[in-house]
Amino acid sequence: MFGVPTHSFYLILLVVILLMSGSLISYRMQQKHPDKDYTELRQRVQSWWMMIGILFAALLFNQVLAIVFFGFLSFLALKEFLSIVPTRQTDRRVIFWAYLSIPVQYYWVSIGWYGMFIIFIPVYIFLLLPVRMVLLGETKGFIRSVGILHWATMLTVFAISHIAYLLVLPVKNEMAGYIGPVLFLLFMTQFNDVCQYIWGKRFGRHKIIPKVSPNKTWEGFLGGVASITLLAGLTAPLLTPLLWWQGLMAGLLISVSGFFGDVVISSVKRDLQIKDTGNLIPGHGGILDRMDSLLFTAPLFFHFLFYSHY
Amino acid sequence: MDRLIKVLFFALLVKPVVLLLLGLNVRGRNNLPDSGPAIVIANHNSHLDTLVLLSLFPLSMIHRVRPVAAADYFLGNGGILAWVALKCIGIIPLDRSGGADRETLFSGCTRALNAGDILVLFPEGSRGKPEQLSRLKKGVYYLIKERGDIPVVPAMLHGLGRALPKGEALLVPFNCDVVVGESLTERQTAAGFMNSAAESFKQLSAYCLTLPAADADDVAV
Repeated sequence: MFGVPTHSFYLILLVVILLMSGSLISYRMQQKHPDKDYTELRQRVQSWWMMIGILFAALLFNQVLAIVFFGFLSFLALKEFLSIVPTRQTDRRVIFWAYLSIPVQYYWVSIGWYGMFIIFIPVYIFLLLPVRMVLLGETKGFIRSVGILHWATMLTVFAISHIAYLLVLPVKNEMAGYIGPVLFLLFMTQFNDVCQYIWGKRFGRHKIIPKVSPNKTWEGFLGGVASITLLAGLTAPLLTPLLWWQGLMAGLLISVSGFFGDVVISSVKRDLQIKDTGNLIPGHGGILDRMDSLLFTAPLFFHFLFYSHY
Repeated sequence: MDRLIKVLFFALLVKPVVLLLLGLNVRGRNNLPDSGPAIVIANHNSHLDTLVLLSLFPLSMIHRVRPVAAADYFLGNGGILAWVALKCIGIIPLDRSGGADRETLFSGCTRALNAGDILVLFPEGSRGKPEQLSRLKKGVYYLIKERGDIPVVPAMLHGLGRALPKGEALLVPFNCDVVVGESLTERQTAAGFMNSAAESFKQLSAYCLTLPAADADDVAV
């Protein structure tokens, strides 16, 4: 429909309907309780509209723009990460090289060179960063800096670029097109956050890791895992080349790893004693606050799909 | 004409660079004055400080926001730097050589304040060491001593000294914090005023995301 493969079109429609009900609920809440302040809820929903609008525009325009878009997300995420972690003044030049890895990594994606895409950050950048750092000659804090920088590029460049690589895989489900697997991954990851939150809010009693994230409960986690596994089993055959039982496995993988992505970034914030990683997105915080789960789900889902169908 | 140059310079170059290449964590934006005369004081670590602060103002009033900058540094050699400083940024040059008496020294500033402009001042006087606050100079006090009506708003910047420190030409992208405080009320004596400014910078730095919590406690004041 409108040049968009049918199944992907329906998912986009579903997301728009979900957002519309979100707006409606936030409006109703304010009407019902005019004395309470719902600014944050309203901001959250508005920001969702913005993010979804930009994402769909980039995805639907063409593959190249979509790849550039995810490259830009990597840039924002890397910049945000390096801004909150402690770095030395001398690391500026090494950090500059870390940024340059982004266009190169996404270039490999755009030409579909899988072999290079998969080793560029873990091998070449892994070796290049300490080399550049050695040439600067500052040895105090060397180990910590080189560790921070490589972890940062792995999380924000390597992991996120897996979303972009989904776009260049040969289309095996004509009804979903090249955007199908990406939409599936993004929807399941974000909806998993929502489901875990709702299950936790409704039934949550037993905390999982109170020291990291006091709001995470077993009830929320298991409820989210069950919902997403089931939903993924139903929708994976529509949006991806996966069969229904592979869809169940993909859902399980996404919901469990999404949880860990979330708490890993929470630990980073705890360590730095900050609440949000930035304030780029009103009502949500920084880009890492929004993409935390995705950092873990993207590479794992990609490799599951790649192993089972390519 | 000058207004147009400044608006274009900020709309096409500064705002996109500040928003996309750098990225700001802004707190207390509504504390910024929405009309002059007013003074914004900020800590100074980078050439970007001025551009970032000015970019927070809407384009419709950006020509009324005037940074006070060292005449020797920006106008000394003439050329492109002087042109950018005067036409694109609209600085009020300040003579740092120490020859002039106080009245002549600040004549440009008082004239701008009388015209209802918003001044941006860096009381540290120079960019100094990256991400460290040096001693505040009293100059700003003489501007407001007899003008109780002029609000002085403190703004704490952090991260720009990493993005573009003194003596470096390579800009490395970092998110930067801008924390704007409420206007200073303690203005009886020069010492009291300067102390309250320093104290305010210290408090504002607690809201900086890019400042590791362990360091936030011992920001040198």
